[in-house]
Amino acid sequence: MILNVDGIRFRYNGQPVLRGMTFNVRKGEVVAVLGPNGVGKTTLLRCINGILKPSGGAVFVENDNVLKLDAMAVARRIGYVAQRQNAAKITVFDAILMGRRPHIRFRVSDNDLRIVDGAIKSLHLEKLAMRHIDRMSGGELQKVAVGRALVQEARLLLLDEPTSSLDLKNQVEILKLIRHVAKEHEVGVVMTLHDLTMALRFADNCLFIKDGNIHAAVPPKEVTADIIREVYGIMVDIHRHNGIPVVIPQ
Amino acid sequence: MHFADGTLHPEYCRYISRKTTFLVLGLLVLIAAILYGISCGAARIPVEEVVRALAGIGESKRVHIIIWQIRLPQVLAAVVAGAGLSVSGAVMQSILRNPLGSPFTLGISHAAAFGAAFSVMILGSGTMSSNNVGAVAISNPVVTMAAAFVFSMLASFFIVAVARMRGATPETMILAGVALGALFTAGTMFLQFFADDVQLAAMVFWTFGDVARACWKELAVIAGVTAAGLLYFFFNAWNYNAVDAGDETAKGLGVKVERVRMAGMLAASLVTAVLVSFLGIIGFMGLVCPHMVRRLIGGDNRFLLPASAVLGAVLLLLSDTAARLILAPHLLPVSILTAFMGAPVFLLLIVKGRVR
Repeated sequence: MILNVDGIRFRYNGQPVLRGMTFNVRKGEVVAVLGPNGVGKTTLLRCINGILKPSGGAVFVENDNVLKLDAMAVARRIGYVAQRQNAAKITVFDAILMGRRPHIRFRVSDNDLRIVDGAIKSLHLEKLAMRHIDRMSGGELQKVAVGRALVQEARLLLLDEPTSSLDLKNQVEILKLIRHVAKEHEVGVVMTLHDLTMALRFADNCLFIKDGNIHAAVPPKEVTADIIREVYGIMVDIHRHNGIPVVIPQ
Repeated sequence: MHFADGTLHPEYCRYISRKTTFLVLGLLVLIAAILYGISCGAARIPVEEVVRALAGIGESKRVHIIIWQIRLPQVLAAVVAGAGLSVSGAVMQSILRNPLGSPFTLGISHAAAFGAAFSVMILGSGTMSSNNVGAVAISNPVVTMAAAFVFSMLASFFIVAVARMRGATPETMILAGVALGALFTAGTMFLQFFADDVQLAAMVFWTFGDVARACWKELAVIAGVTAAGLLYFFFNAWNYNAVDAGDETAKGLGVKVERVRMAGMLAASLVTAVLVSFLGIIGFMGLVCPHMVRRLIGGDNRFLLPASAVLGAVLLLLSDTAARLILAPHLLPVSILTAFMGAPVFLLLIVKGRVR
């Protein structure tokens, strides 16, 4: 087991946002956190890696209590891709190299540079490696952010809307890569997604969130139109096309 | 390891060595500028003689005194102030993620000016006397300096405190700084309105930033504080890079963003406050110098900060040397020239586009 979230609670201005969520993520498992806007998906991710301090419950990454580790130690175990990226005037290479920050004290080693180069290759960013990120499109920036989290060599990746502002090709490419990294290196992945079809296609497990609780935690095969209606409040049809479930709003 | 097929990226290695070369060249230019700066002035001293006097093998007592008592402290003060102001500006821009961050825009300089005016008016340090070069001087510079320092630190603490209360977003800090600047400017104008002509002259005189005010004793203080500040900033370059990428991302990388921002603001304010209270207001350096460097070699703080220090030192030193020569034998305060020299260069860089 890579991640154990045990009864995690969070309040914002006295209002409960998370009311005690418990779930596990196994090695190599990709978990999609699903639910309507403002339900606390991002809050959940931030509580897992301690950016927000939960008001109750505990989080364990490979049996280490995250809330008791210092920030650098957490960053060596958990990689985080925020929803919004800020683009400074640095190259793609430097931006991804930043992911090595938790491992670097001051000097960058050749090993760090090799890892960054490897990540750039697997993201197909070779041609952009020396471009400044302040001149890039939102989608390219998103890929850079994913690359930054990958080179952290963490055991767990938290991705907040990794496919927002990506075109269709890049969405599929990024999600395939995330899945590949998860399986190949036995890394756990927790990501929030809005696109249900993508979630059903690329996740091993779907976590539906409603009213601060986990409404359902099921593999894609078992996701029903009823669950989606209960969580999102909209009627949908789930069709299978070549074995891939496709969610179509009515 | 996740990515075993990576190699050393040759283009990146070249890119890094280009930046290193830029830094080394900058240092060489700085050394040349120091020697040139020492040799220029009312009495011209050939560069060879400067080198000999610095090495302690000069024969002329007159040259020795000019160099060691007048020129060298002034030149070194320009180097220290240029480097300190420029890096403080670069750090503020980075941790506030705002291109407007600088000691000037955050009201720290205005607070110092108010402190000086306050000391002239209320503490009575403002009687003028003519010194040997014919300029006005403030009768009690220590009190004026102390007042300027106290007020500029007050301003910095206030900005940091406001930001702490409201959750330390970059925007709050900039807004608090702008408001403070306006407040202190109003305060200074209020004092000036009721000042007699002697006091008014002393106040205005103080605001002209001038590196010639420093003697060895003052130089030791500003150099010590600035050096400590620069070391601290260089050591935190990675953290500033992470903050540049956004607060959330930086936190995900294990950087304690609020702490880095607070400590960085305090250190940058301290360096600025010391420089401004000893030398007066030297505009432009903190704001524009880092932008020039960013356009030349990019925003990676590992290189941006040292390069800003070097370029800031070179620019202020050259401006000061020019200020000494333009109306020789009269000495012009360097602050008047920095904007004259720097602003067109900056505009040129904007118009010509970026250089990688």
